[in-house]
Order: sequence, then C-alpha cells, then structure tokens
Amino acid sequence: MSNLAPLPPDWPGGYWLHWGVFVIIILAFVLLTVLIFIWYERRGLGRFQARVGPNRAGPFGIFQSVADAVKILTKEDIVPAKGDKIVFWLAPVVAFVPVLMVFAVIPFQSGALLADLNVGILYVVAVSSVSVIGIFMAGWSSNNKYSLIGAMRTVAQVVSYEIPLGLAIIGVVLISGSLSLTEIVAAQNIPFILFQPLGFLIFLLASLAEINRAPFDVMEADSELVAGFHTEYSGMKFGLFFLAEYAEALVASAIIATLFLGGWRGGVLPPVLWFLIKVFGVFFLIFWIRSTVPRVRIDQIMGFAWKFLLPLALINMFITGIEVVLLPEALPWPIIFVNLAIAVILVVVWSKLFKLGGGRVEV
Amino acid sequence: MTAVLSAREVASKLDKKFPGSIVESTENHILVKSESLLPIASFLKTEPEFAFDYLAFIAAVDYNDYFEVVYHLTSLEHNHSVVVKTRCYGRENLSLPSVVGLWRGADFQEREIYDLFGIKFEGHPNLKHIVLWEGFKGYPLRKDYIQW
Amino acid sequence: MVIKTEPFVINIGPAHPSTHGVFRMRTTLDGEVVVDLEPVFGYLHRGIEKLAEERTYTQNIPFTDRLDYLASMSNNLAYVMAVEKLAGIPAPERAEYLRVIMAELQRLASHLIAVGAFLNDCGAFMTPILYMLREREKILDLFEMVSGQRLTYNYMRIGGVSQDIPKEFLPALRKFVEGMPGFIDEYDQLLAENEILLARSKGVGILSKEQAINISAAGPVLRGSGVKWDIRKADPYSVYDRFEFEIPTGSAGDCYDRYRVRVEEMRQSVRIIKQAMEQLPLGEVRALVPQRLHPPVGEAYGRIEAPKGELGFYLVSDNSIAPYRFHIRAPSLMNLTALRDMIVGWKLADLIIIFGSIDICMGEVDR
Repeated sequence: MSNLAPLPPDWPGGYWLHWGVFVIIILAFVLLTVLIFIWYERRGLGRFQARVGPNRAGPFGIFQSVADAVKILTKEDIVPAKGDKIVFWLAPVVAFVPVLMVFAVIPFQSGALLADLNVGILYVVAVSSVSVIGIFMAGWSSNNKYSLIGAMRTVAQVVSYEIPLGLAIIGVVLISGSLSLTEIVAAQNIPFILFQPLGFLIFLLASLAEINRAPFDVMEADSELVAGFHTEYSGMKFGLFFLAEYAEALVASAIIATLFLGGWRGGVLPPVLWFLIKVFGVFFLIFWIRSTVPRVRIDQIMGFAWKFLLPLALINMFITGIEVVLLPEALPWPIIFVNLAIAVILVVVWSKLFKLGGGRVEV
Repeated sequence: MTAVLSAREVASKLDKKFPGSIVESTENHILVKSESLLPIASFLKTEPEFAFDYLAFIAAVDYNDYFEVVYHLTSLEHNHSVVVKTRCYGRENLSLPSVVGLWRGADFQEREIYDLFGIKFEGHPNLKHIVLWEGFKGYPLRKDYIQW
Repeated sequence: MVIKTEPFVINIGPAHPSTHGVFRMRTTLDGEVVVDLEPVFGYLHRGIEKLAEERTYTQNIPFTDRLDYLASMSNNLAYVMAVEKLAGIPAPERAEYLRVIMAELQRLASHLIAVGAFLNDCGAFMTPILYMLREREKILDLFEMVSGQRLTYNYMRIGGVSQDIPKEFLPALRKFVEGMPGFIDEYDQLLAENEILLARSKGVGILSKEQAINISAAGPVLRGSGVKWDIRKADPYSVYDRFEFEIPTGSAGDCYDRYRVRVEEMRQSVRIIKQAMEQLPLGEVRALVPQRLHPPVGEAYGRIEAPKGELGFYLVSDNSIAPYRFHIRAPSLMNLTALRDMIVGWKLADLIIIFGSIDICMGEVDR
C-alpha cells in the first residue's frame, strides 16, 4: 500500500501552478466529456430502440452535440415578466457550479487530482447537496404553477435520497479505513463492488434519484407536466441546466467508478484510460436502465427511499462494521460470498415485506 | 345472434302495464308518448324478463313536423334488443325527460342532442354545450338551419 | 398551527404532449390528488353528420375514414354494412373474407399504437412504442399494396370492396402472420411482469362491472371490467361465425387489465387472419350497385366491433340519393363518460395513465 501513497505536488511554481493546471484540466474534461456523453447516450438509446440515432452531423453524428450547443447559444433569452429576475438568473449557476466543484477530489491517476483532501468523500456529499437549492430557485422564480410543482417534487426527492446515499458510503469507508478518495482507491486490491454488493446497489439507485434520471425522472416527465422546473428557461440558461444534468451523471459515474470499481487501477493500459473506461461503463448502465424501465410515481419514489433503501443501508452498515471488527485479516473470497448471499436474501425478503406508495384517496 | 325482439309483442306487454302510452308499434320499433318515456324506460330496465341494461345509442331525427328521438336498448344477459322512439312536436320549446338516471351513457349524447337540435332534457345534471362553443346561435342539425 | 391549503385548478390540454388528440381536462387539484375533473372537447368537431346529408351514400365513405383515423378500415366496414342492411344488398363471399382480413389487420395496428402509447405514458421513454411501430409499418405496407394509402384507406364499397388484392399481397401477409406471434411474445416479455408497471397500473383507475354496463362502455374497457360482450360473437356480422376465436376478459377493471386484454386480442386477431387466409374463396369482390343508390324508405343500424369498442351507424333514408339522417355511435364518446369517476382520488401522474388506458381517438368523439 505504501508505494501507492499520494505524491506531493513537486512542480516548480509550487501549489498555485498545480491548482491552475488542474482547474483547466477539470473544466476541459467536464465540458468535453459531457458533449461526448450526450452523443453516446443518443446513439445508445437509438440502438436500444431499434433505430440508428443521430447520424447526420458528421460521421456517425459526432458533431451532433456541437450543433446542439450552437443552437442553444443562438436562442433568444426570455425572462418571465413577473418572476424574480435576480433569482431567475442565478438559479442555473447555483445548479451547475457545485457539480464542477466535486471534481476537485476525484483522482484521475495516482496523485493527479486538484486537492487531496483527507475528508474527500465527505466533501463530495456536502457539496453535491447545494445544487438542489438551484433547482428550487428555478421553480420559484419562474412564476408558473407547473414549474413550482415540478421543483417541489424534485427537492423532496433529492433531499430524501441523500440519506441512503451517505449511509451506503459508510460501508466503503469502514473497509478502506479512510475518508480520502486516494486512500479508498489505494485500498482496492479487489474492487469494493465484490465486498459491498448491497452498498453498490443502494448507491447506484440513490444516485439515479439524485441526478433525476429514469426511473426516478419525475422532473423531466414530459408526458405529465411539460418540462418541470425548467419550463420557462431558454437560451444559455437552459443550456446550463442541460449541461448540469449530464455533468451530474458524469459525477455520479465517476464516484461509482472510484468507490466501487477501483478508480484508475488496472493492469496494462495507462491509468487514465482505465478511469475513462470505467466511467463510460457506468454511464452505459445508467442509460440502459433509462431506456428500459417505466417511470415511478412520486409518492412511490418517496416510499422507496424511506422504507426500502434506508433500512437496507443501515443493515449494510452494521454488517460491514461487524465484519471489519471481527475478521480484519480474513481471506477475501469467503467474505465476498457471504456478503453476496446476505445481499440477495435481504433484497428479496425486504421487497416482499413493504408496499410501494399509497392508493386511492377518498375525496 | 342478438335477437331483435318483436316490437309488437313488447308493445302489447307494455300496454297492459302502462295503458294509453303506446302510440303505435311496428315490427321494428315502439313509439311511445313523451310523458310516459321515463316510467316505460325504467320498467324495461328493471323487469327481469327484459333486463335492458345497456343503452346502445340515442339519436334525434328532424322530420319537419316533429322531432323523433330514437333509443336503441340491448340486454347483455338475454342478448336481445329493442328500439323505442318518442316524438316532440313543434319547433320551439322542446323538452323530453332525461334518462341519465337510468343509463349514465346517455349523459354526453343528450347534451349533444341539445347542442345540435335544441331539445332540452329535464333532469339532466349538466345540460350545456358539448361540441359547439358558448354563444353559438342556432341548431345546426335541424333541416332549416341556414349555414351562412 | 393550522396550515390552510386550497385546491387549485389547472388545465391539462388542449395541446399536451401525451398524444390522444386535442382534449382538455379542467382538473381541480389538492396537492397532488385530483379532486374534480371536467372534460371539455369539441375542438375537432367538423360537422360530419350534417355534411353527410348532402352527399350520396358512396361519397360519404371517405368521411368515415376520418372518424377514428387510426382504424379507418373498421369505420368503412361499419358504414358500408349499415347501408347494405338498409338497401338489402348482400356482398359476395370473397369480399366478406377480404373485409374480415382487413378489419383484423386494422385491429392489430390500432392496438399496437394503443399499447405503445399506454407504455409511453407510463414513462418507458419511447422504447416500447418504437418497437411496436416497427410492426405497424409492416401492416401499413400491406394496406398500401391494397388501397394505395397508409392512413385513410377508403377501401370498402357498398356491396363489397373497391378492388381485388394484388398477387404480392397473400405471400406478404403470410410472412407477416408467421412472424407476428413471436413479436407479440417479445412485447409481452418486455414489460408484462415489470414491477414498476405493475405498481403503477394494477389497482389504478378501477371501473366496476355495473358502472361499465351503465355507461354503455364497449370494447376493451368493457371487457377489462369482466363483461364478456363482443359483437363478433354476440351478434356476428360478415362471416365471423365461421372462425374460431376467444374473447379475452379481464377481472378487476383496472389499467393493467385493459392493457392485458388488448395484448390478448392481438393474438386472437392473428388467429382469425390465419383462418381467413386459408378459407379465402375465389370470385368477384363487388356486387352490382347503381352509382346513385336509392335505398327504400326506412332505417337501419349497422354495428361492428371496432378496435375501440362498438361502432355503429344509424341511417334513415327517404328514397333519395343522400341519407336523411346519418348518426354515428362513437365508442370513444361513451367510454369517456366514466372518466371523472375513474380518476377522482388518484394523483396527477395517474391521470395520464388512466386516460391513456381508455384509448380514445378525438376524431370520433367530436366527429
């Protein structure tokens, strides 16, 4: 473990040059990868739906995202007359910036990250909660009944799913012994997905709900309430919300790849390439789920978080704690089988016990 | 096959129960007076021998002296059907009792007849325009409606 | 501290992204729960009943295409049968078999869209409806071979059909019918036992048996509530009494049952087409009918089992070349009567699903 310890920044110019270079790297990486993700998702969804996907703008449609970006930039900027103008202007910014800030602590390679905080994962959870304020600001300042309903639903959903998200991380932290992301990656000689199948499942579902993606996408349920909280946005502000959605998907994929799949670790290829492969793989899983499954109703979503994911996350935390304390030097493979068996039994038994959502209300 | 009941036999049975309400009956339809429409309709629905619980449709026809409203009833249980007709004379202030209490399927159809012909149905809970807009003058499906 | 809440009114429609045409619902919501609902329609009223009184019987056939524009063959068939009943003209045998084949193909096409749109409303993001549209394209190609049109066919005539099938039709139909049961199984496997679909549609929007009969519902809405009433068996028209098929019925009357009834009806339609193809006789396809038909004085009501329910035409004739009264009994209008009762008490997201499961087409509601 010691030869993988994080390297101090030993560049000429010291800390501020390191900071400047990484800010540029992160901005470029996020914006470029989001454009690639948009193309990747649209082609992938097209293949799932027995059609081709965009194929006009450039070979295989790779310039489709660029064309969309140019279109969004040239649209007229409409502001609702009676809305709160400052809040309206500030909302997309508040929704997008925290997502960028999370990238400061994700390691692309051994030592290649902006700031090696020793409370890395706590920082991630804390900062990513701020973007929900942006969503509520957008819904409120649009002066529109539909936007307000959409925003309130989204806020309720995001805030409820923070808790299972945090609890699922505790299992990983207990095994690796540290909150810092570089230490967590360094501790994964065997990827934690095998040690924590239940934790992985809970984290995946909670992240899907956090980033407002199917099957929890009541926010953008266009067959119900037009477009939710960003109905009134147009032009670059809408572009920022759109970017924020894909950037959040990117962040969720990156965190899952770091915590559960081993980050940049891998054999033959350069570590950055391994990281990218894992991120794209997790994103493929995310939009695969989107193209297959119907949408869950909002009260069923809340029931799912509080009655299913939260108890399972607590049980996972206890079992992991017991294993770490009692069997610190045990062989990995028996523990893996035991954990997998416990996960399967718990999921099957618990899902028979609880009922999703309410029924008809007497009026 | 849905047996079309002989309207004459049905009419003779109805005449015993509600004397004086049948105006005429042929093989195909029974013509009743508009005042006795509601009791006859509810008798046809509740009597177990007939059990006409399904209203297929209501239509209105404009013969120039009178308006004729046609009710086509079916029984799902016995699989037979009968046609009951009634007339409103004159061109103004037409009204008939509404059968919405018996068959709720008559709701939208009676509103449509009111909208396009001008026949009011008493006892209808929500008699207002259904296909034409508020403030439309005239009744388009009448034969004397001038289009423009 | 007492918090005061107030129900508020929103308008859903007339143009909303959830297909089904121009239809407006004034809903009163208390939080997420629907407290009251008032359907408002008439946006697509074209006055077909009045226009038909000035045109000959044959000229009215294209009007009937545009009623339920997703099931034009069925509309044509119902009208033409009503005229034949009025005038006493029997159609030749080959024409009857061709009519049955076209009507069942049309039932398949209409149910594919109905099921696909229902799953789309549930939120499955276009994947099921795109798979079903793939099969519907094959059906539309068959129809184009026969009538030259993809949506409003104008194929049936009084006394038969307008022209015989070309020689490519039967091999193409055979190939389609061989592959279709496999595709229906594939659609079934996609989402039939999916937890989320069951959670969203089982027990939602219940229409009880007595209510369904009372509101004169018909088609999958009536059969989903447990009433075994299908005009093809109860009052057979054309040559339906020569085929063997079953009538799928639901039990609970919720959205899930209506969806299952439609999928099972698709299987039965394929069965009927196979039998009709084998029994197809040779002969002419159109009886000799004068160009300006003067039917005797009288009236007739001809009805069929259209994909959406019981479609009937009530015609009154006074021995002239145009009908004296042309009334359409539209199944979607009747099925809408219970909308308020089915939706009150459920949430806004369920409103879309329940409305989608009734499967209406505004062309025939407004006429």
